[in-house]
Amino acid sequence: MSLTTTLILIPLLPLLAAIVAGLLHKQVGRAGAHWVTILGVGASCVLSLWVLYQQMYEGLGTQDITIYNWMISDGIRFQVGFLVDHLTSLMMVVVTSVSLMVHIYTIGYMAEDPGYQRFFSYIALFTFSMLMLVMANNFMQLFFGWEAVGLVSYLLIGFWFKRESAIFANLKAFLVNRVGDFGFLLGIAAVVYAFGSLDYADVFGRAGELEGKTFSIIPGLDWQLATVICICLFIGAMGKSAQAPLHVWLPDSMEGPTPISALIHAATMVTAGIFMVARMSPLFELSDMALTFVMLIGVFTALAMGLIGIVQNDIKRVIAYSTLSQLGYMTVALGVSAYSAAIFHLMTHAFFKALLFLGAGSVIIALHHQQDMRYMGGLRKHMPITWLTAWLGTLALVGFPFFSGFFSKDAIIEAVALSNRTGSEIAYWGVVLGVLVTSFYSFRLLYLAFHGSPRYTVDAGAGHHPPDGVLQHEPHESPAVVTVPLILLAIPSVIIGYFTIEPVLFGGWLSDAIHVAPQNDVVAELGTHFHGPMAMGTHALVTVPFWLMVAGFVIATLVYRFRPALADYAAMKLPVLHRLLENKYYFDEFYQSAFVRRSIQLGNGLWKKADAGFIDGWLVNGSARLMGNLAARIREWQSGYLYHYAFAMILGLIGMLTIWVIRS
Amino acid sequence: MSWPILSVLTWLPILGGVAVMALGEQRASLARMASLVISVAALAVAVLLYMGFDSSTAAMQFEELNPWIATFNINYHLGVDGFSVPLILLTAFFGPLVVLAAWEVIQKNVHQYMAAFLVMEGLMVGMFCALDGLLFYVFFEAMLIPMFLVIGMWGGPNRVYATIKFFLYTFLGSVFMLIGLIYLYNVSGTWSILEWHEFPLGMSVQKWLFLGFFAAFAVKIPMWPVHTWLPDAHVEAPTGGSVILAAIMLKIGGYGFIRFSLPITPDAAAALDGFVIALSLVAVVYIGFVALVQQDMKKLIAYSSISHMGFVTLGLFIAFGIFQNGDNATGAAMGVEGAMVQMISHGFVSGALFLCVGVLYDRLHSRQIADYGGVANTMPWFATFAVLFFMANSGLPGTSGFVGEFMVILAAFQANFWYAFLAGLTLILGAAYSLWLVKRVIFGDIGNDNVAKLKDINGREAFVLGVIAVMVLLVGLWPQPLVEMMHASVEQLLAHIQQSKLL
Repeated sequence: MSLTTTLILIPLLPLLAAIVAGLLHKQVGRAGAHWVTILGVGASCVLSLWVLYQQMYEGLGTQDITIYNWMISDGIRFQVGFLVDHLTSLMMVVVTSVSLMVHIYTIGYMAEDPGYQRFFSYIALFTFSMLMLVMANNFMQLFFGWEAVGLVSYLLIGFWFKRESAIFANLKAFLVNRVGDFGFLLGIAAVVYAFGSLDYADVFGRAGELEGKTFSIIPGLDWQLATVICICLFIGAMGKSAQAPLHVWLPDSMEGPTPISALIHAATMVTAGIFMVARMSPLFELSDMALTFVMLIGVFTALAMGLIGIVQNDIKRVIAYSTLSQLGYMTVALGVSAYSAAIFHLMTHAFFKALLFLGAGSVIIALHHQQDMRYMGGLRKHMPITWLTAWLGTLALVGFPFFSGFFSKDAIIEAVALSNRTGSEIAYWGVVLGVLVTSFYSFRLLYLAFHGSPRYTVDAGAGHHPPDGVLQHEPHESPAVVTVPLILLAIPSVIIGYFTIEPVLFGGWLSDAIHVAPQNDVVAELGTHFHGPMAMGTHALVTVPFWLMVAGFVIATLVYRFRPALADYAAMKLPVLHRLLENKYYFDEFYQSAFVRRSIQLGNGLWKKADAGFIDGWLVNGSARLMGNLAARIREWQSGYLYHYAFAMILGLIGMLTIWVIRS
Repeated sequence: MSWPILSVLTWLPILGGVAVMALGEQRASLARMASLVISVAALAVAVLLYMGFDSSTAAMQFEELNPWIATFNINYHLGVDGFSVPLILLTAFFGPLVVLAAWEVIQKNVHQYMAAFLVMEGLMVGMFCALDGLLFYVFFEAMLIPMFLVIGMWGGPNRVYATIKFFLYTFLGSVFMLIGLIYLYNVSGTWSILEWHEFPLGMSVQKWLFLGFFAAFAVKIPMWPVHTWLPDAHVEAPTGGSVILAAIMLKIGGYGFIRFSLPITPDAAAALDGFVIALSLVAVVYIGFVALVQQDMKKLIAYSSISHMGFVTLGLFIAFGIFQNGDNATGAAMGVEGAMVQMISHGFVSGALFLCVGVLYDRLHSRQIADYGGVANTMPWFATFAVLFFMANSGLPGTSGFVGEFMVILAAFQANFWYAFLAGLTLILGAAYSLWLVKRVIFGDIGNDNVAKLKDINGREAFVLGVIAVMVLLVGLWPQPLVEMMHASVEQLLAHIQQSKLL
């Protein structure tokens, strides 16, 4: 099998599986649907691993392959093709492996759902779309994948389409993403304007041409062309990777079934923006202004969204805000030109965040779709595997030394510390404080869900839809299809950072894809202080972030293990802050009144006043009325009385005679 | 090819329509079958036309030239190039579909209904082929008659107002065009459109002619502010009428700009491009907001059509701005090709959307969004198609709806950042009005007892929607064959309009 065939099969197999499971859902049945999609995605995963292996050990170089010409217009080639370098193959492995775990997990999670086949079809379709996105060798296909993952996300958030909240959330997600895509599309148009090409290789190869070029958006106000391009592209990333102020859709996306929260809204799709900026590093490196913007957006998201996570009671929403915050970390890394650190964190985060979400899902099924942590507690005894893996995932998330998240997050913090970018001091304090926040909400979750005594009661006679806090029977550990993926994801969550930090960050593994200007290269500088992962882990004990993490643990333990009243006391003592966090800084309310309601008012105004009132009522029907009235007047003259006509004739005659006399 | 393929394409449906008419009211099922056979035959001829078409040249092909009214030098002159062939294919494609869509739905005066559509198809094809100004005008006006009848006889309760509005609006516009055509004959002594292309004209004459043509085509497309006939006509028209109106008739305006305004009065077009672009952008944005608040599904799709057609006029007229960037500036051809692709794609998508509304209307006899809710529960296959087409309507990549908009936005950016910015708002607005409708109609819990009783689409309906879905995806995934057809003609048009033809 040739390499090109292999690369085509990687996205194609999940697509075919999705089509079979979706269109032939009756014929293949439930088991058929999960088998065909798991085989498709599994094969794709194996092939991706093979490609990665070839690149790591067999010296396979960067592949830039055109599959077919989508269109040629105006001399510009729009093509479908793959660019497979180290960045791509890393993403391919992350995407397919997490996807495979989620597929297996879904067998258990969705076991009783009537939309079983549809769900498998969607997640396989998602895998295809995401692979098209990361494997693209041009901007058009990137945009295709970008929107296709958005479509699948829309379908999956609204998977339970009978629920009003779900179909509100999916519409919101799609529209907020479209705001980002609007910027993204303008960015792509600007790339065509600057380079007359959509090919990565062509554009990146000639990126230097941008230097010194300006572009005036408003006459008289010249911007660097590179800044215009990069900020437009980054607006796209803000939508997809849920950076403030376009983050509002991600918490609501938790309306979707938990497996997709893990796959799409934590591990893969939401990191597409991070991937995209890293991919565009040759362009971003040309604009300090754009990078500063990226960094500031990132640090705001990292800290502000983490704070909201503290006051959430829904277990999935806590993890969702945690995801927002972690995406903020990655964005900060991009902003200080530490692209490889961002990708490294993307990878570790994909594993441990998918693990945490799937763990939460395991709890949710055990409690019969109860997501409110106020009705949990003490689950440790009932679900030991879920509990243990959740702990491992949490330790990775908070950055406990030697866990995967530790290496990636520490690298970001150190990179920010070394950066000379304007405002990097603020960013540094933001990401450091974020460690405390992360640690606090993460351990809070663990305590509320798994420790202490149960805050639910068991009542066998409670009926099929018991009230909150009442279960029909004791919760029990989830089946193997659920726990095995948890274990398989826990392994990389713990160890992958230790083994990969050196090649990914300092070994130049990503240097074929990521271009950093020498004066910005904080990761290289970081490398001069790096003496192996073991030294990095032990050195952490004397750093501020480590002790902040411990502080978060101690506070969470104190409050949620020993003095639960403290939380309410704090909320009472800080009412303004608490309300602000509870209401998520009022972003939703603001958008609702500033955009949604205004748009509908504007639409009604234009329709009723301008269209129906002025154009139709006044111009169209008005001129019809005018004609009617005019005709009615003229009709009156034709009275039928002979003397009227005779009189008119006499008048006419006199008139004509007068003219004749005057003329002559 | 030795046989007059264009005449066959034009007259086969027209004569076939007359024959179907002659079958009378009693033989309804025969009328249906005959109409289907005729329209499929026309489609087959259109496919032959496509296969015989040489896309490497911009010259007119399959030309037929016979004297018609020799005294005034009027000829029966037909021919096609890269602009007309895609539109003819689109017309022929929809022929069998409207027949099938009406199969069980139309029960009264079946022979007349079918005949009207067949005649209309022939007239539209004839118009796309006509290379003689008067012949074009005759086809252009004649097709109003069957459409007038279709809306007037099979339409909704307010059909009289809608038909008169439709007729007067379009007729008023085309009268100005007629004056322009007669003027052109007087100064040039010919009715040949191709000779008019080469005929030099002064600037003020060009401007008057441009405005005359503009009156006709702007109403047809329709452009803001002469669009208000369209929502009314759509709401009252039966499903087939709406499909043909949206899928083909609106394209005549865009085709008119390409065939008349741009090449005959290029200097006036260059001088007035800002005016046309401004109206196009108003259509995209203003109408987008209006579409958002519609309560009637057909009205919503009608407004959405106006907004989408704004891309057509935008794509055609940004060329002049791009020329100012210098000789090797890119984007002008992409704009024109984007406009063409947008027309074809809008044909598929809007036609499909009106068919979807028709499917619901046939069952519940309501077009009001509020009367539905949770249709996906009872009609899963229908919901699948509807979501696909509404996604295409909001320009999702992988569907045809994306291609034209993408090309026009890329090209618009080359002319002016703000053109692209305003046009790009459709990404948000289009998704908002399309998917909000989906949310209220398709998703949700079962809205009422009527929805609970809905039956999913039958095989006939699935076939009609299915073939359009295939086309939407095909053009979305591989637009190259479509775009390739028009390359040479676009190049020639652009080269032509860059040459001043002032006296």
